[in-house]
Amino acid sequence: MKGGSAMARTIRIQAEPFDVAGETAALTRGRADIGAVVSFMGFCRDEGGRLTALELEHYPGMAEAEIARIAERAESRWPLLGLTVIHRFGRLSLGEEIVLVLAASAHRTAAFEAASFLMDYLKTQAPFWKREHLKDGTVGAWVEAKEADDRAVERWG
Amino acid sequence: MKLVYFAWVRERVGKTDEDLEVPEGIATVADLVRWLKGRGEEYEYAFENDGIVRAAIDHVHVKPEAPIAGAREIAFFPPMTGG
Repeated sequence: MKGGSAMARTIRIQAEPFDVAGETAALTRGRADIGAVVSFMGFCRDEGGRLTALELEHYPGMAEAEIARIAERAESRWPLLGLTVIHRFGRLSLGEEIVLVLAASAHRTAAFEAASFLMDYLKTQAPFWKREHLKDGTVGAWVEAKEADDRAVERWG
Repeated sequence: MKLVYFAWVRERVGKTDEDLEVPEGIATVADLVRWLKGRGEEYEYAFENDGIVRAAIDHVHVKPEAPIAGAREIAFFPPMTGG
């Protein structure tokens, strides 16, 4: 850390829930240089009343490494002061949180853009796979990747 | 060489990982996929649609033309759906 303006990066892959207020406090504590934190949370959402849960499989080791590479790209593109990415795995019930991205900067534009960039790349590059658990108690299909997510990444050039 | 599989690729192959002696002349990821498909119908099924299954070498995404020489771990998996 140099003069309180160092980049603080936290990346965690975990089964447990996370606490957005606690993570934000940890990111900003003792920092007088951070003027903006944008947070994004992704939640486990029903699809037409069919689901009870989503199950997330991941590639241990590569998931952390890939998210770190995405974070490095964001840090080289925007003047960020802090980044937190937490991605859960395992069986997540409807309404539970799946992913948290916090992007901190002196000003809001960098924080908004970096959070959006991180989520676009997380969805298409981080090695996680969702499968559906259905209301009738059976395990349903693997969720298919969406073309819209690939297009979302392309806009970053 | 260690191969690891995820999501429906893992289910189709029927195992999470395996150690294989890859013959000489298998130079790229595409060569490896072609060779695997000749090893049994489970591989044929997993790799039935060319270009769908993604690959990573030692935790880094790679394209089919990537060389596999020196790789410790090669992973095969569907397009990612996290976030």
